[in-house]
Amino acid sequence: MMRFTTLIKNPADWMTGEGADNAIVLTSRIRLARNLRGEAFPGWAKKEQRRHALEIMRPAVEALPCMKDAFSQELDDLNSVQKQVLVERHLISREHAARGEGSAAVIERRQSIALMLNEEDHLRMQAIRPGMSLRGAFEALSAIDDDLENSLELAFDHELGYLTTCPTNLGTGLRASAMLHLPALVLSDQIGQVLQAVNKIGLAVRGLYGEGTESLGNLFQISNQSTLGESEETILRRLERVIAQVATHERNARDKLLEDDPAMVSDKIGRAYGVLRHAWIIDSKEALTHLSLLRLGGDLGFLPQDTVKTCDALLMDIQPAHLQLHSGRKLSPEERDSIRAEIVRGRLQSLEAPDIRSTRKKDESDPDPEIL
Amino acid sequence: MDCDICGKHAKVHLTQLVGGQIKKIALCDDCAKEKGVTDPTGFALAEMLLGKTPGKVVPSAPTVAGSGRRCPNCGFTLEDLRRIRRFGCADCYDTFREDVNQMLRGMHKGFKHCGKVPAGMMELHERTQRLEELRGKLDQAITSENYEEAAGLRDEIRQIEVRATPESND
Ligand SMILES: [Zn+2]
Ligand SMILES: [Zn+2]
Repeated sequence: MMRFTTLIKNPADWMTGEGADNAIVLTSRIRLARNLRGEAFPGWAKKEQRRHALEIMRPAVEALPCMKDAFSQELDDLNSVQKQVLVERHLISREHAARGEGSAAVIERRQSIALMLNEEDHLRMQAIRPGMSLRGAFEALSAIDDDLENSLELAFDHELGYLTTCPTNLGTGLRASAMLHLPALVLSDQIGQVLQAVNKIGLAVRGLYGEGTESLGNLFQISNQSTLGESEETILRRLERVIAQVATHERNARDKLLEDDPAMVSDKIGRAYGVLRHAWIIDSKEALTHLSLLRLGGDLGFLPQDTVKTCDALLMDIQPAHLQLHSGRKLSPEERDSIRAEIVRGRLQSLEAPDIRSTRKKDESDPDPEIL
Repeated sequence: MDCDICGKHAKVHLTQLVGGQIKKIALCDDCAKEKGVTDPTGFALAEMLLGKTPGKVVPSAPTVAGSGRRCPNCGFTLEDLRRIRRFGCADCYDTFREDVNQMLRGMHKGFKHCGKVPAGMMELHERTQRLEELRGKLDQAITSENYEEAAGLRDEIRQIEVRATPESND
């Protein structure tokens, strides 16, 4: 089995891979909740019952073809920084990290499939893909679900579908979500309107790490709320349609900003570049704010296109637990801010100043790399 | 149980999560219609109702049928559900089915699963759905005094049930 350091050494596949619509949709994620028949749910189970459920599930999960040479560990055997790193990579949930004895994580080598054992439900399975690929992620995960059905007795009801600990997940047990980067909608003050409209059709929207309403780095997650009464296909189709619409709004807002106020856009991107290239102390909020603008600059042609990927990798690597893992010791917040600045400077070292005059051509059919 | 608004016999029971607490309201047909509670999006509306009739709402007493019931598999009670808003095991859903059905109002787009079914349960699932459909038709046929059709439907139901029995016994 894979060691933690080996797992984490490489960026996840979905952080480096190219996906459809990557400039706006960072990742697509699918989660399925499943439970064992006859076993008490993890939150209600006594310690021995949790252990018992784990003993049933773990061999079945580890035997999955995709989990060959996977990372498989009980959370009790990981230290708090290691658990936090998994949370920051979206491989386990905060709730799972906080759970005690009998909880485990089994994560596929490339980190695109992660299974939480004894989270709120016995099994929380996740597939994550770069760009807009909800369907691809769902198909991958559904195949794993089919495999597990052969070895595990899952709790299923003919009326209520897959039975989950919380009734809000009944039915399909499906949570589908996409992470969107929407700086132009924020800059042009249209974001509230768009998010309200999304909410009105029964989809949930939240900021990057789901704390309050504020969104760091102009990152928003859109997901389904209802899981019962509709098929997976219907849920995915609605979500795909809405995400495509939001992405179109963002694309239009980017074009309009360039047209209406190129000086403002240039200024924002130029300043972001300046701060990130030359800061020696930077907290995560400031870093995310500027990385968001730099990422926008990459998409708009002020900076090389691969700036987008560089920013995405940094979004992950500048988080607190990642910084501590990187330096191999516990860091005070002050130390984190200076190490964060150091890492950002290092990664952007060869990035030339934004080309303010030549922004991306309108004609999409003729993308000219020479312009950069 | 009586209607929380007018005191007539209540037919509509709502269980709601209000401010993190599970609350129940009972309404007669007329009041339910008047308040638009039959509308599945009336989630917030029930909250409003609860606010209007604070004296009538019993926040913790279980329904007569539900009182003292305990999941035979995991020992979970309705009190526990109120406290932690999560169930104890899959069997709890059978034990508290009525309460679940009330709780689902406004929570989801529907009340019935129409998604993926585990491959091993497909046959049973289809049979269950077919039986339900036939029983619905049977009720309709009887109501409209179409006894010939009702007899046919009853035969069909019996056939499916008989076919199912030997399988479910082994
Ligand atoms: Zn009434
Ligand atoms: Zn139970």
